Amino acid sequence: MDTYTGKSIFKKIAIGKILFYQKGEQTIKRTHIEDIDAELKRYEKARAAAIKQLDALHEKALKEVGEANAAVFEVHAMMLEDDDYVDSIVNIIESQQVNAEFAAATTGDNFSKMFANMDDDYFKARAADVKDISERLINILSGKEGDQVIGDQPVIVVADDLAPSETVQMDKKKLLGFVTKYGSANSHTAILARTMNIPALIGVDIQEEWNGKLAVVDGYEGILYLEPDGETLARLQKRQQEDLETEKLLQQMKGKEDVTLDGRHIRLYANIGGVKDVADVLANDAAGIGLFRSEFLYLEANDYPDEETQFRAYKTVAENMAGRKVIVRTLDIGADKQADYFKLDKEENPAMGYRAIRICLEHTDIFKTQLRALLRASAFGNIAIMYPMIISVDEVRKIKRIFEEVKQELKEQEIPFGDVEQGIMIETPAAVLISDMLAQEVDFFSIGTNDLTQYTLAIDRQNMKLDHFYDSHHPAVLRMIQMIIENGHKHGCWVGICGELGADMTLTKTFLEMGLDELSVSPAFVLPIRKMIRELSIG
Amino acid sequence: MKTFHYTVTDEVGIHARPAGALVKEAKKYESAIRVEKGGKKADAKKLMVLMGLGVKCGEEVTVEAEGPDEDAAITELESFFNENL
Repeated sequence: MDTYTGKSIFKKIAIGKILFYQKGEQTIKRTHIEDIDAELKRYEKARAAAIKQLDALHEKALKEVGEANAAVFEVHAMMLEDDDYVDSIVNIIESQQVNAEFAAATTGDNFSKMFANMDDDYFKARAADVKDISERLINILSGKEGDQVIGDQPVIVVADDLAPSETVQMDKKKLLGFVTKYGSANSHTAILARTMNIPALIGVDIQEEWNGKLAVVDGYEGILYLEPDGETLARLQKRQQEDLETEKLLQQMKGKEDVTLDGRHIRLYANIGGVKDVADVLANDAAGIGLFRSEFLYLEANDYPDEETQFRAYKTVAENMAGRKVIVRTLDIGADKQADYFKLDKEENPAMGYRAIRICLEHTDIFKTQLRALLRASAFGNIAIMYPMIISVDEVRKIKRIFEEVKQELKEQEIPFGDVEQGIMIETPAAVLISDMLAQEVDFFSIGTNDLTQYTLAIDRQNMKLDHFYDSHHPAVLRMIQMIIENGHKHGCWVGICGELGADMTLTKTFLEMGLDELSVSPAFVLPIRKMIRELSIG
Repeated sequence: MKTFHYTVTDEVGIHARPAGALVKEAKKYESAIRVEKGGKKADAKKLMVLMGLGVKCGEEVTVEAEGPDEDAAITELESFFNENL
């Protein structure tokens, strides 16, 4: 038994034979053609077939991995319609009297060289796209189109790197896991692996001679066992069996509506802490993102992140969610979330101190940068914005004024943005008591139960000594939630919960009875809660 | 011949998808449509050469139309650039 370590992309176990995948770098034979017209016809037929394949793949990828990842197939189809590409192949067939395979390979090489020589990384990477379309043509021409990458037996695919176009085309039922040498945790392939719910290791020093050998990918530990011994195999088989049973139950819930037996619909969203969590959201089939904590952008940086950095992060999330709601909470730093460059003073009582919207309303430059980035990203998806730590109507009005200013600036600069719903976190008793007034100012409420409980019960969350005083089901908290929902609905606001209490399944029924519109929970809770909702009757 | 200047604001420049959309748009017109960047010209009806210009965010291009429907082409293309690039 040999062991290799790598960075794990998805916590699961895969056991099976290794398939060492190599890109289809086939050698193309150049043959002399007598009947040029017939060859041109053969080529035209193959080209039409390739475009048809790509259209079908685009459709399939749209459903499986979302618009942003599916776009590659649309681009490939467009390349196959390109006059220069088409003419070049025809020209080579006619002038050199050669087979279409050779003409396609030569043309692919020429165009991919053009892209490879460009100095911009984005355009450089298009060289692979051109090669890809030529390979597709050649495969069709040489009758290899039916050939599956993967044979009859399920395998662990080992490769240098995998393009989204390659992974989407693999038969998922026969795909146990990925092990690659290159790629990052945020690469397309990593996101796809998470979306497909299969374990993957990256950064592994792979070897071709592994082909056909039995292996185990332990995604929990980030280890690849090559030809595992009996004990290791038995241990990991057991772990895999446990995972399977949980998952089987949950997979039945995927794609199902979040609706009770008596027809009450609820929006079941997921909470995320960064771009990398989007794959978990998609894999667990959440209907949207109910809380995108934007702090990570600030906490992971050495200085305030600029507009472009933020814009890219928000845009990526919005695009990957492909039209589903993405609620971004504006900067919520202070208290337990600190970074050196904030230069915040030490406070006696940070939980009640200088934090979140209080900082944003004083440092409007930081706030405006974030709002600009969010608005720009709203042109690429369904973004909503919510503001934390609100205690007064005045604050909300100030925020709205700043928001309008930013919108106006963008309009003047002719930078596009979409319709953005605005909401507030209800996490202070003050906000609860004036929720009827606040509801007239915003589109939605999201209840932050962690802070709301801490402030209502006057119990510091960080103090472990107080744990046994802390009652998350305290009637005061539940009454507050009831009050927020009623006041919200009276004034046309929808109301959700994004705090930890939202994932407390002993309360799911209570929340539904109270009339809650949305629940946002960690991705892993989405399907268990969906199952529960679908078995409830509210009456 | 009609022309307009445009500074690209899309973060990755005239990348594959908008280039493809631009080709579709340009093919609607009989006129010759060209995109020029730094002295290099590309036929806007051809995807690969258009991408081969490697137009990045913040770079200025000149778009020209020449032919019987050049007026309509230039108006429509200008709004296409504004909306997509």
